Amino acid sequence: MQAITREQLINKAVALLADGTVKYVLGWKKGEFDYDITPAVFETAEELNADFVWNDFCGANFSKYLVAKTRKLDGKILVFLKPCDTYSFNQLLTEHRFDRDKVYAVGIPCNGMADIAKVKEVCGDGISSIATEGDALAVTTIYDDEPVKVAVESVLAERCLNCKSKKHVAYDELMGEDGDTLDSNRFDEVAKLEAMTPDERFAFWQNELSRCIRCNACRDVCPACTCEKCVFDNPTSGVENKAPANSFEEKMFHIIRAFHVAGRCTDCGECSRVCPQNIPLHLLNRKFIKDINEFYGEYQAGAEVGSRAPLVNYTTEDLEPGEVFDRRDTNA
Amino acid sequence: MQRIGVFVCWCGSNIAATVDVEAVSEALKLEPGVVFSTNYQYMCSQAGQNIIKDAIAEHKLTGIVVCSCSPRMHEATFRKTAAAAGLNPYMVEIANIREQCSWVHKDVPTGTEKAIILGKAAVAKVNLNAPLIPGETPVTKRALVIGGGIAGIQTALDIADAGFPVDIVEKKPTIGGKMSQLDKTFPTLDCAACILTPKMVDVAQHENIRIFSYSEVEDVKGFVGNFDVTIKKHARYVNEAACTGCGACTEKCPQKKVPNEFNLGMDNRRAIYIPFAQAVPKVATIDPNYCNMLKNGKCGVCAKVCAAGAIDYTQKDEYIQEKYGAIVVATGFNPISMDKFDEFAYNQSKDVITSLEFERLTNAAGPTAGKLLRPSDGKHPHTIVFVQCVGSRCDAKAEKGKEYCSKICCMYTAKHAMLVKDKYPDVDVYVFYIDVRTPGKNFDEFYRRAVEEYGVHYVKGMVGKVVPEGDVLKVQASDLIANKQLHIDADLVVLAAAIEPDKSARPLATKLTASMDTNDFFTEAHPKLRPVESPTAGVFLSGACQGPKDIPETVSQAGAAASKVIGLLAKDKLTGNPCIAHSDEMMCNGCSTCERVCPYGAITYMDKEFRMPDRTTAIRRVASVNPAVCQGCGACTVACPSGAMNLRGFSTQQIMAEVDAICK
Repeated sequence: MQAITREQLINKAVALLADGTVKYVLGWKKGEFDYDITPAVFETAEELNADFVWNDFCGANFSKYLVAKTRKLDGKILVFLKPCDTYSFNQLLTEHRFDRDKVYAVGIPCNGMADIAKVKEVCGDGISSIATEGDALAVTTIYDDEPVKVAVESVLAERCLNCKSKKHVAYDELMGEDGDTLDSNRFDEVAKLEAMTPDERFAFWQNELSRCIRCNACRDVCPACTCEKCVFDNPTSGVENKAPANSFEEKMFHIIRAFHVAGRCTDCGECSRVCPQNIPLHLLNRKFIKDINEFYGEYQAGAEVGSRAPLVNYTTEDLEPGEVFDRRDTNA
Repeated sequence: MQRIGVFVCWCGSNIAATVDVEAVSEALKLEPGVVFSTNYQYMCSQAGQNIIKDAIAEHKLTGIVVCSCSPRMHEATFRKTAAAAGLNPYMVEIANIREQCSWVHKDVPTGTEKAIILGKAAVAKVNLNAPLIPGETPVTKRALVIGGGIAGIQTALDIADAGFPVDIVEKKPTIGGKMSQLDKTFPTLDCAACILTPKMVDVAQHENIRIFSYSEVEDVKGFVGNFDVTIKKHARYVNEAACTGCGACTEKCPQKKVPNEFNLGMDNRRAIYIPFAQAVPKVATIDPNYCNMLKNGKCGVCAKVCAAGAIDYTQKDEYIQEKYGAIVVATGFNPISMDKFDEFAYNQSKDVITSLEFERLTNAAGPTAGKLLRPSDGKHPHTIVFVQCVGSRCDAKAEKGKEYCSKICCMYTAKHAMLVKDKYPDVDVYVFYIDVRTPGKNFDEFYRRAVEEYGVHYVKGMVGKVVPEGDVLKVQASDLIANKQLHIDADLVVLAAAIEPDKSARPLATKLTASMDTNDFFTEAHPKLRPVESPTAGVFLSGACQGPKDIPETVSQAGAAASKVIGLLAKDKLTGNPCIAHSDEMMCNGCSTCERVCPYGAITYMDKEFRMPDRTTAIRRVASVNPAVCQGCGACTVACPSGAMNLRGFSTQQIMAEVDAICK
């Protein structure tokens, strides 16, 4: 159950459209199924009332959409940002990726989003509809007319269980209560990987990444992946043909991508959310975040606009490469 | 498609002994793009270069690979060869099969295999090479010398005499440095002041030299030929232009208890002072740590007695911006602290002194007016013990002192011993040494005079302990040749303290991006062939900042540094390095990452209109590189998240091609 209702959001959007603050509204609408909510642009109150959706599956981070939308659209666009989305919003501003003047950002509270994979573990496949009933989801499948009740709390996405912040770091206007940054256990899984021997770790990733079908969903959704032309789509980059090279498929694609977003990844978790093969891609990024924190001091990408990421900032206190090398045994 | 020629050099037997050069040239013939491949005994010789030139003409080569020594050695040579044959010099690649191959391998099969792989990588790179044309940058015809000791003075005079303006930045109130504190100089025993002070006056009077005394380098930007330097001039609370150096203020100042650093604290000066009589500039300076007027607003005596009205209590630190074409580092040395050497009782007895303090004690302008008197009671000493290598040549594990030899101590200790015996033949002089090192013109003769003519007792062995007892110093030492312990009651103990680079050198090196060794001495571009140049272009080294040195050596290095600076400033334009960064605007995101990592400020952004695939136009922010400022360090190319930044001559694609060729 979210703290804010669909009606409140629609009312806010309609009011901002009416007084001319914005010309467009970036919101969620139903996709093929009740649980695959997709982003959409609304221009009128009628459209909003008909199709706007706000429920426990509205996980999509809108920040990245602003890059293309602000370049194309001629007026201001309203965007609803959950706390974790605001970090990506700031990171993109730091990188000058969209025009802040064309955006009206409304911060909205979030109680965590459901993970459809976890719902399916309980209810099985063949879900025909999902309705929200208080703190539970009523899930109906094609095999049974009687809906199954699932507590939202029991199917929260991993990124929400390890939520790093309920605090908005960017907005023009805030709806509901603002929270605080949280001490999460988000690095526990990384620590487990670090505790493995290199062979075990290789086997772990081989097992995970061998499922990859290179649908590119992780890249396409990632707010840190906003290059004008991705090296993997660019035959002259000399990189694109490296991705599917031997040993196990697509390994290099994910390793290159993790390096590419290192220091810029806000750990929004969209990569793992959209992965149709349920590969825990966020673990690669978190390993980088953990290392950066340990080597160069705590750093949260997107916490403020214009911050200099440790990997592109030189200070005299920086760790020498030799020290990193010396740590390889204790902190693999 | 390129037409590539491969030229494998034997380097006599340097390469040919461990690499089958014939097999290398044969194997590389099969690489894509290679149309000609040969080998020769000395490719760098006239005959070898002619082979290359002829092949370029005969086979219409568009690129060449020379498998030879390090590019540091002969890249320039072969680029010239190519240019002479009408080929763009940047179409030449060197495969280093000597330093990185034949010299590190012992057997022919592995050496040959590696040489072929290195050659393949170079061929793969040349296939992607494009002709490059270097740009030019103007040279600011002004030099900066940091440090006003004998090294800085000599460098500045030599540059100024060649007609170029020079600024000296000296952090003390006067130039002169350590040499101004010395008494006599070895091996000729002429008085330091008599040979130094005329040079100081020359500096002051030279029309091409400006002195920024009591100043420090605050910030350095730019690159060779075009450095932008900020100099911080500390407030001396005296108007330099008005002060006549009459010294009236220094006699009337009521604050008399300020330790005099020029005499190493062995006497006192006033709060307003001129370090010594021959100071340049001869201008008073107020010490803000002791001046009553500056500390609590009460006094003002100096302002009252100053006939020139030069005193200005409100003076502030001043920042001066200047452009320079070349920078000379001459930051000098200091004796190390004796705090860690408790065994010599330096901190317990006033009569245990360092050699530099001894210089002041025997100096006619020193605290005792040149009479050799004990600092504790002013009595004439009868037995003096000199201890050499205090803190020099220490074990790396000893956690105190330096591993290196301080080089000057053997000679000045012989000088001190001789001066004492000459003036006071009644004094017994002992010198404890590990080795006596006297390489230098007339140096050994000098030392032998001390032993043979003056009867100085040279004892091989170290002093273990000095214990002050009553008014004598009980010295325990070992005589390694006689193999016995010695107990000497000394009146004065003189420690030849090791020398170390000045503390200001390390932060300065950071500002200059010049490299240093573990002892904080500046490193040379090449220890033998480029001893006065720093690896950072446009930064030169003079004097003890590069390593321990005596005066003759310092002066000759100072002259050498000056000649390098003159060679640089004599040019109107510097040919730039064409291997600089450029941004592919179609790929650039305008994210500013490159701008943030660029150490030269070469990158700016602009909003530019682009045609999009759907026939609309869009304005995008894109990076642009100023080719005159970019130095080709490549920081931006690795930081760029989109791969839009690339270095000409070292593009990502070229490097990748090399790696692929090696891994294939």
